[in-house]
Amino acid sequence: MRIPCPLCGPRDRREFYYKGAALDCPDPEAGAQAWDDYVHLRENPAGVTRDLWQHEAGCGAWIVVTRNTVSHEVLGAVLAREAVL
Amino acid sequence: MRFSGWRILREGLSGNKGWQPHWRDAEPKAEYDAIIIGGGGHGLSTAYYLAKEHGMTNIAVIEKGYLGGGNVGRNTTIVRANYFLDGNSQFYSHSLKLWENLEQDLNYNVMLSQRGQLMLCHSDGQRDAYARRGNSIVGQGDDAELLDVDGVRKIAPYLDFENTRFPIYGGLLQKRAGTARHDAVAWGYARGASERGVDLIQQCEVTGIDIENGVVRGVQTTRGAIRAKKVGIVVAGRSGQVAAMAGMRLPVESHVLQAFVTEGLKPVIDNVISFGMGHFYISQSDKGGLVFGGDLDFYASYASRGNLPMVEHVMEAGMTLMPMIGKAKVLRSWGGIMDMTPDGSPIIDKTETEGLFVNCGWCYGGFKAVPGSGNSFAHLMATGNHHTPAEKFRLDRFRTGRGLMDEEGTGAQHNLH
Repeated sequence: MRIPCPLCGPRDRREFYYKGAALDCPDPEAGAQAWDDYVHLRENPAGVTRDLWQHEAGCGAWIVVTRNTVSHEVLGAVLAREAVL
Repeated sequence: MRFSGWRILREGLSGNKGWQPHWRDAEPKAEYDAIIIGGGGHGLSTAYYLAKEHGMTNIAVIEKGYLGGGNVGRNTTIVRANYFLDGNSQFYSHSLKLWENLEQDLNYNVMLSQRGQLMLCHSDGQRDAYARRGNSIVGQGDDAELLDVDGVRKIAPYLDFENTRFPIYGGLLQKRAGTARHDAVAWGYARGASERGVDLIQQCEVTGIDIENGVVRGVQTTRGAIRAKKVGIVVAGRSGQVAAMAGMRLPVESHVLQAFVTEGLKPVIDNVISFGMGHFYISQSDKGGLVFGGDLDFYASYASRGNLPMVEHVMEAGMTLMPMIGKAKVLRSWGGIMDMTPDGSPIIDKTETEGLFVNCGWCYGGFKAVPGSGNSFAHLMATGNHHTPAEKFRLDRFRTGRGLMDEEGTGAQHNLH
């Protein structure tokens, strides 16, 4: 699996750290339910999903990868700070 | 039909023409007292114990593929009860006791082989941690034995004891642990359930869960609607999709876990052995193949196959521990879809919908749990009360933070187990 880092280009999966589903972080005062949703509960889709990776052994950027969980096809990646979740 | 030595002899002499199908391939009825979604190990054992221990025989197991076609037929067949944390430890202890009587109970040869499982340690700190774990296991009435290097050498002389980076300091042995024939467990439970009147319905996919005013009424399937007073979701890696039909989101992320088997070899590895400094464990099947595996690929996946980086990592760990296996040829590798929870421990609980129950989150450890999981889930579905050995497997422990069972101590987050 190769992931297209927006800064470095296509790089081997070994260079990346997987964080999990790319979700909008709730406000610190949003309450227990919102934080439970964010930290634990998952759509867990079989198909196209967006997840958060870090180019740990590369430029260090956090990126949002659009990916198919059934075929492992990687459809694109953008810098996390530019991603609209 | 009962199995016995006499029966095998008679069939052998008469061309094996007298064997019957082990279970009825049932058609769905309009209504049941309870429906189990998922005909894997856990679903079939749930149905068996519902019928046997709670007298619920007007029930059905609904499977979208074929019985035992999922993770119960794709695992590395290890059975053990050497967990440390309260909640897990008593559950796996209960499950191992059921395993030990399973063949008599089912009249089915599940080929349980209590060959012992040895967890190796590679530092003073790890040895101390194993001593503590061993004491805790012994304290709850199960067996554990702390071995020094010579003790390990006696049972596994082929290990790389002098490895520069990861020398072997000893190990924790559980003699009652071992392996079982994975498919036979599913078949044995299926046969036992079917004999007691449970309908096993294959090629029938659940497409919806009917809920009225917060009470479950039945399911929609590719073979029509089926009414039911109680519904249990036992679908492992597919838990997220089925729960979504009931409007729920679960604390579960599905990941791929790979496993490997080599060509058949003469007997060489007598026990189940796990490396303490990298995720690698190995045993030898009765056919002679070395069966081994390691860690998750570590990204959400439903692909049932993994990527090369983890293949490489597992092979490296294996070569570090026992260089002799380098000459064995890998015959095949495969992947299973694991329903990973944030703390790496399972869920057996009610849901907010009355009559709807969920059994999931077995992560990469579901096989050894098959008897206990079905036994405890059947108790919960039949009585509405949590079964003591599984009473800690609550759905709300993540939200409240109380009762988390993080065996690895890495934190209750999805990407850490």
